[in-house]
Amino acid sequence: MRVVFKKSYDRDIDLHEHWQSRGKMAVLAIIMIALPFLVGNYYLAEAANTLIWALAGMGLMIAVGHTGQVSLGHAAFLAIGAYTDAALMNLGLPFLIAFPVAGLFAGLFGAIIAVPAVRMSGIYLAIATLAVFVIVEELVILLDPITGGVGGIMAPSISIFGISFDRYASLSNFYWLVLAVVILVTWAYANLLRSPTGRSFLAVRDSEVSARALGINVTRTRALAFGLSSGVTGLAGALMGHYIGFFNYELFSIFISINLLLVVTIGGLGFIQGAFLGALLITGLPQLIAILRDGLNANFGIDLGAVPGLDTMLFSVLLILFIIFEPTGLYGRWLKIRTWFEIFPLARRDMFRRQKSYLKTERMK
Amino acid sequence: MSLLEVDDLAVHFGGVKAVDGVSFAVDEGEVFAIIGPNGAGKSTIFNLISRIYEPTRGTIHFEGEDIVGLKAHDIARLGIARTFQNIELFDHSTVLANLLMGRHTHRATNFISDLLFLPKVRREERAHRKRVEEVIEFLELEAYRNKMIAGLPYGVRKVVEIGRALAIGPRLILLDEPASGLSVEESQDVAFWIEDLRRDMGITVLMVEHDMSLVTQVSDRVLAVANGRPLAMGTPHEVQKHPDVQAAYLGTATGDDAA
Repeated sequence: MRVVFKKSYDRDIDLHEHWQSRGKMAVLAIIMIALPFLVGNYYLAEAANTLIWALAGMGLMIAVGHTGQVSLGHAAFLAIGAYTDAALMNLGLPFLIAFPVAGLFAGLFGAIIAVPAVRMSGIYLAIATLAVFVIVEELVILLDPITGGVGGIMAPSISIFGISFDRYASLSNFYWLVLAVVILVTWAYANLLRSPTGRSFLAVRDSEVSARALGINVTRTRALAFGLSSGVTGLAGALMGHYIGFFNYELFSIFISINLLLVVTIGGLGFIQGAFLGALLITGLPQLIAILRDGLNANFGIDLGAVPGLDTMLFSVLLILFIIFEPTGLYGRWLKIRTWFEIFPLARRDMFRRQKSYLKTERMK
Repeated sequence: MSLLEVDDLAVHFGGVKAVDGVSFAVDEGEVFAIIGPNGAGKSTIFNLISRIYEPTRGTIHFEGEDIVGLKAHDIARLGIARTFQNIELFDHSTVLANLLMGRHTHRATNFISDLLFLPKVRREERAHRKRVEEVIEFLELEAYRNKMIAGLPYGVRKVVEIGRALAIGPRLILLDEPASGLSVEESQDVAFWIEDLRRDMGITVLMVEHDMSLVTQVSDRVLAVANGRPLAMGTPHEVQKHPDVQAAYLGTATGDDAA
């Protein structure tokens, strides 16, 4: 087990408290940057998709994981991001302006919605966000000239300073663009969590009454969290639009909202890493099923293609299993496995029991 | 002028008069205790001062400023900190993070500088940490600094809550039953800390407490309340001797009851 000897407060303020973990992040970053040279176009496109989902997952994680506000309406913010970005680019604005503005617009929309909505909590807030989703979906269909209505819209090709970042024409560039956005947002998110703003989010999540007694304006804090959450999700939506290429309102269905909730709960509520693990699962599992399906069909003549909704069923079973057996999600499980090895052979079976019982009752309220 | 002046304070929930015409004034540097049987309205008085409840009538002045018009989250900024009867800590954070949350009123950064973690934010963090370390040293919490609240024993959590209130840097601290559920040794520690709070830090203490030995030991003046109404006020000794107070706690010795 590693003991970090701290000689300055900066060791606690820094993102990584020793050079090994900093090194691990650097290695991961290098692998991710080198990915276009390592894998073919199919897997590169899948990697970009996973990163986009991780970005959306981080957006929702701010709301659900760190401020305890469950949202069933985050597909609406994906849609707002995607359509704002596409509309601005169709007006002739460059991507570098349209993209941040799309995030900003989704964020502002989220913050305005939040002012009345955050007075509710738990299931009531979830229903209110669901209503927002339905309204946005209708708006998308009604605003035909901008959104293409039911027919849909073509996401314009991205080009920055004359270099093409088109998803089909230059996939590697598009992948790097997505990666850059994800790294930037992850960095800002990690900063948030070590600063007063992030602490006030956690305070509001865990005890509203004492947050107030410490001088935290609960309504404003929750609205800020919801705004940041929907802003990041809006950015993910814009990238998703470019990734899909041609989309209509059906891309942002209620199932996307639910899948996003799966990303954060199965990944691990309250951890940035959870959003990534969850995204990996949600985008990887259908691929795995497809590969298995082909293999079974070719080798054994078993046709799973005839079973509809197989991945939906698998997801629901997974979700149920996680909520019962591992409420801290994939990342929580990973932390436990790591601790087991770090303190080997001192780990006891009940070491995490207390923590588990707390999470079951408190986290999602 | 007193630090905190409460005048004819009342709050009615429908027909229930939880607090009904309570007046008292806490002087600077004083330890003032409110005692009374269960349901007397002691914690309600605290919740009125920290603006969780809206008073039906009456005024509350802190340093001459009327605080009835203020919001709950404005109270800490004035220098009024509080603890809760049923510990309200942030369970999924470490002791250190909990204490740092107490520094919220002193933050000089906004969320944009926080997101970018500008050098200013780091400087602020160092300063907050320094203040929090002083509190940790004062309350001897060094061993628990990086422990999660969810795994801590009850007695330690009580102390962490006092610590979080101290991190605000208050002029007045409201302690809601600081010794409830503590062992004899632990409540003795609380008594010493209250003494130190007043003597070394110059913090005025207003507390609600059932443990009469603690009240007698530390408080300068005591207010006894029952059924939302004030019974007696004075030194701990005077109040304990007061016939109304004895009647409220032990029942009245009249007529058939006496026989």
